Amino acid sequence: MNKQTEKLELRLYIAGQTPKSVLALSNITQYCKEHLLGKYSIEVIDLLKNPQLAAGDQIFAIPTLVRKFPEPLRKIIGDLSDKEKVLVGLNIRPVNKEN
Amino acid sequence: MSKNSKPHFPKVSTGVSGLDEITLGGYPKGRPVLICGSAGCGKTMFGIQFLVKGITDHNEPGVLMSFEESSNDLSKNVRSLGFDLERLKKENKLRVDYVRIEPSEIEETGEYDLEGLFIRLNHAIDEIGAKRVVLDTLESLFAGISNMAVLRAEIRRLFSWLKEKGVTAVITGEQGVNTLTRHGLEEYISDCVILLDFRIIDQIATRRLRIVKYRGSTHGTNEYPFLIDENGLSVLPVTSLKMEYIVSRDIVSTGHPGLDKLFSKGGIYQGGSTLISGAAGTLKTILAAHFAVASCLRGEKVIYFSFEESSDQIVRNMKSIGIDMSPHLKKGHLTIHASRPSLQGLEMHLLVLLKLIKQIQPQMVVVDPISNLITIGKKSEVRTMLIRLIDDLKINNINAVFTTLTSDISGGFKNEILEAVSSLADTWIDCKNKIVDGERTRILRIVKTRGMGHYNNPVVCKISDSGLDFGSTVYQKHTKATT
Repeated sequence: MNKQTEKLELRLYIAGQTPKSVLALSNITQYCKEHLLGKYSIEVIDLLKNPQLAAGDQIFAIPTLVRKFPEPLRKIIGDLSDKEKVLVGLNIRPVNKEN
Repeated sequence: MSKNSKPHFPKVSTGVSGLDEITLGGYPKGRPVLICGSAGCGKTMFGIQFLVKGITDHNEPGVLMSFEESSNDLSKNVRSLGFDLERLKKENKLRVDYVRIEPSEIEETGEYDLEGLFIRLNHAIDEIGAKRVVLDTLESLFAGISNMAVLRAEIRRLFSWLKEKGVTAVITGEQGVNTLTRHGLEEYISDCVILLDFRIIDQIATRRLRIVKYRGSTHGTNEYPFLIDENGLSVLPVTSLKMEYIVSRDIVSTGHPGLDKLFSKGGIYQGGSTLISGAAGTLKTILAAHFAVASCLRGEKVIYFSFEESSDQIVRNMKSIGIDMSPHLKKGHLTIHASRPSLQGLEMHLLVLLKLIKQIQPQMVVVDPISNLITIGKKSEVRTMLIRLIDDLKINNINAVFTTLTSDISGGFKNEILEAVSSLADTWIDCKNKIVDGERTRILRIVKTRGMGHYNNPVVCKISDSGLDFGSTVYQKHTKATT
């Protein structure tokens, strides 16, 4: 079975440093470190600073994590506290099961 | 906003002609308004017209947040109604933000809020300095978000945020089974709620609206018909007109010297309404044509609404008895508008009538026959429509002539339309068929005429190639004036 060969491009939309946003960022960073072995990038977009960016990715909830690549586009809204759901949602294979 | 509204309760024009009258000035300024109704009843139109008229008539920029249609689709859809959204967008007077929520590509985990929506809305409002906001249809959120507690809390927050922002917001909602809106938005918006209704009665569609509540303001409480046509929406505030018109003292000819003689003043009052009732093949259309031609000969403009015959057919038939309408048609004095009653609902007919009247500014309007309208509406509806029409004509001092079909059988006037309309008419002429010595004879009678005396006995009249002939009728003394 191939491991993740493509680099995962993620975008996290937040609105200021709210507890939910901070939690979401730390959650996704942790999951990626554990399971993606460096093959990822996370771009954080603060809509309070760049409100015009919200319409492009059809953001209505905060925080929202968007998987830009690979296609198809996926969105996970919430503070990402359910690890299982996030990994399934992003189609990430947990690393430890393959070892 | 408007001069009429009380200073302590500012209102904003709705942009819909007629609705401002019913709401006594418009929507409550700086507060959310809920417009609800079933699918296809025109909710979006109310929103768009509110925005577009706000920009064009009041120079108030607006934001449309659409949850259902993309910006391009919307522009295309309302283009046919004369609204150029693209131009307004370019002029930075209008922002359209299409919020697309695709449940299939969204997962939810943990806590979130809808700050994203707030940011988008806020951004659009601030960018153009919007005073008006439309959210169409906010309830689409319920399909995309599964956490109801969050959603409801956020919707509540959204409405108070809109109030704080000082914008007047129109929020549309889909009607539920037993509730005004499917997801109970009316719980959150309590300032002004308008319910739209789209009914099919006898295969003819009619749109109506009703103001369910309007906190802090009086308003019209009836159901009001409204129309969507090439100029957008208009509401007909049926009963808002007051009986304050000034009436004329001038006398005009009915168009036939014999008929004129039946009235003590040698004609009828200018600006009055005349009802001609009768069985099939009596004299109704002929009399109406006399009225019309007489008016044309006075150099006036006449609109003849025909619900039975085509324009050409009327002209041909009238010519056969010596009434030539064609020169008046050519000169533009006479306009014949022929349409089938079942073509559209009553309100649509009324609007077409009122529009043509406004456009042509006639001194006489003939509707032949009004009895056909009963095929598309109930008695009360037809009556309401005719009250509205007669009122409009009275206010503008226009002579009105209506014909209506009655049955020949009994002596009384057992006819729904007649019952409804006779009290509205100032003059009532009734025609009948009678068999005298095996020959059919037409008999005409003035049932009433307000404000003058009239000949009381039945008058025998004949139709020949040269027109109506009242023959050797001995004109008796006229009775005293009736009321």
